[in-house]
Amino acid sequence: MIYQISSTAIIIFIAFVLTVLGLSFFFARKTKSASGYYAAGGQIHWAVNGIAFAGDYLSAASFLGICGMIAFFGYDGFLYSIGYLAGWVVALFLVAEPLKRLGKYTFADALDARFDSRAIKLTAAISTLVVSIFYLIPQMVGAGALVTPLLGLPHWVGVVMVGAVVILIVATAGMTSTTYVQFIKGGLLIVFSLIVVILVLNKGIKRTPSPDYHQPIVLAATLADGRVEAVADSSYRVLGQREENGLTFVKMTRAGIDSWWKLNAGPTAAELEETLTEVVRKDGSTLYNGEPKEAGKFYQVGHVSKVVVDGREVEKTGPIGPFKFIKTLGASEVVRFSKKTFAFEDERVTVYFQNVTAGSDIIKPGLYYKLEKGASIWSRLDFLSLMLALFLGTSALPHILIRYYTVPSQRAARKSTIVAISAIGFFYILTLYLGTGAMINGSLDLGSSNMSAPLLAKTFGITLFSIISAIAFATILGTVSGLIVASSGAVAHDLMDKYMKIGMTEKQKVRAGRIAAVCVGIVAILLGILFEKQNVSFLVGLAFAIAASANLPAILMLLFWKRTTAKGISWAIVVGMTTSLILILLSPTMYEIYGLPAASAPVPLKNPGLISIPLGFLTLVIVSLLSKKRQASPALEK
Amino acid sequence: MLHEPSVELGKDKSIPQKTRLGVVMFLVYMVVYSGFVLIGTMFPEALGVEFIGGQNLAFLYGMGLIVLAVVMGLIYNFFCTRLEDRLNKEEQA
Repeated sequence: MIYQISSTAIIIFIAFVLTVLGLSFFFARKTKSASGYYAAGGQIHWAVNGIAFAGDYLSAASFLGICGMIAFFGYDGFLYSIGYLAGWVVALFLVAEPLKRLGKYTFADALDARFDSRAIKLTAAISTLVVSIFYLIPQMVGAGALVTPLLGLPHWVGVVMVGAVVILIVATAGMTSTTYVQFIKGGLLIVFSLIVVILVLNKGIKRTPSPDYHQPIVLAATLADGRVEAVADSSYRVLGQREENGLTFVKMTRAGIDSWWKLNAGPTAAELEETLTEVVRKDGSTLYNGEPKEAGKFYQVGHVSKVVVDGREVEKTGPIGPFKFIKTLGASEVVRFSKKTFAFEDERVTVYFQNVTAGSDIIKPGLYYKLEKGASIWSRLDFLSLMLALFLGTSALPHILIRYYTVPSQRAARKSTIVAISAIGFFYILTLYLGTGAMINGSLDLGSSNMSAPLLAKTFGITLFSIISAIAFATILGTVSGLIVASSGAVAHDLMDKYMKIGMTEKQKVRAGRIAAVCVGIVAILLGILFEKQNVSFLVGLAFAIAASANLPAILMLLFWKRTTAKGISWAIVVGMTTSLILILLSPTMYEIYGLPAASAPVPLKNPGLISIPLGFLTLVIVSLLSKKRQASPALEK
Repeated sequence: MLHEPSVELGKDKSIPQKTRLGVVMFLVYMVVYSGFVLIGTMFPEALGVEFIGGQNLAFLYGMGLIVLAVVMGLIYNFFCTRLEDRLNKEEQA
């Protein structure tokens, strides 16, 4: 949204990104000389590999998305942390070792190992492509969100920058994995997040987060027939009034600057409360709090209105431990912001107004996924659907599955998975403090939830902010290159080579892969721009749902059900993938993107997993039973 | 353990036990995880109830799930390693 650009930030950022790129190229060159990087993976220590796993997994979604969601909705964002980690349990206990025993190199190959079926090759390749693209969207959105405050560039420039750099990486460095780079990034992300959390706890909970924090103004008002007649501060002039779902907003002007206020009318007195506004005018220009973007008036918000320690209200807590922090937050009162959008005299007005929330509601789910009494059945099912998709999604993500083939032994695979689980779990515990820290320290940009964690770092100094942003950006680069490599592999290797059997020389195969990478990159750039306003973690939830619906039934049943047939697998992939996609396209979230009212969406579920995952399993079982020619299978194990 | 995957895998006699252990541990975690999800869906008020040290159930259960995943991972690795060492050694002897 609106930020000041600092040259320190730009220098640190560019230096960091160049270092990471340099390292990436250095290791790429080095590993190229060793014959076959993937087979030689044994030279990498399992601990290094484990942290690299974490670096891979803790992408924009985790760092930007989860922290942002916690900062805006409290505990509901933390549900993602719990679900993402639980997903690793499925990967470790059920999928990792058996899948590795199939001894293949890609997800499609592994599924196809027993059958040699063209249908599996085709469907598995397409599902790899679809899941990877859905996973790419949030990474791109995150990249755009990052460069805005850091370099003062618009969102789309960030998206295009990442796209361009990654396409460059893929085209020059090629397919060689940059394990050490991921190791460094993963390690740095965890260390610096820990530093920020220590700073948050050391600062404690304060009513005024910083001396220059803008506390919203409140003005007394007199009403006549429900309309504002006079305001305590006579320099304001009332311009109009607007009812919106039982709330009243009042437009006023002072010194040529228009502002919107929320009317709180009590039985005897009335007051007007300052709001933040984003007004799109008839000529297409946008005003932030009544002024152009450059004026920098769209300040960051988020504070506690009451700090309660042991039943007594205090001004601040001072340094505080992690348990006491949560306990105190739960007893206190936090000012969050809600949003209403309406049309007013040729203008499209978005008002962000204060929503005083009890701390006890922040530290339990319910602010995003409505669960309490009176909640609709759909919002409860949404919660269920999300938790199911997260639990079953991780072990069905093609780019995570591929990682299991990069280590030499099952033992090393297992150990690095455990290092990964520990590192990722530790980071996810930190997210709760990063998110709530942002919520109460004036680190919320109401226009984009994704920036909460870096903006929190900014309250502790521009250096920390730049380092954190640079790490996040580099992580996005790494994840995006991985995903693009995986998708181009699906196109060039699985589709063109294996399925269509186009006879290609090695050189042509590489070129096909590069062209595919460029195409996927461009698609990702476009989608990244389109989805700008969406929370990245929410978007990743969708990718998980598609992965869990399309791939997981195939993987699990192949491993644990002897009667699985080739037809069953390919149909399960098709049905799981298409139903989850259709459900997403008809969901309330997509309707908002289309510019239609969310309530008119035919499918009220935000996350499709609850319907499409069981459907995938069901399809596999039914088709397998119907098509069980004796061809089926030496069971993998028993 | 340092040979090519296929070579090593062919000799591993501990696969059935490891698979069983993995399934059992998965089921245990799934039950605990489902408990959390079901409480959230059916009795969301319960998540706000304070328990040990004035912390509410949501915080304790959520953090507990993360810690449990790590602890179970370590236990699983311990037993798998022991199984591999024991069964594969017996075979060679």
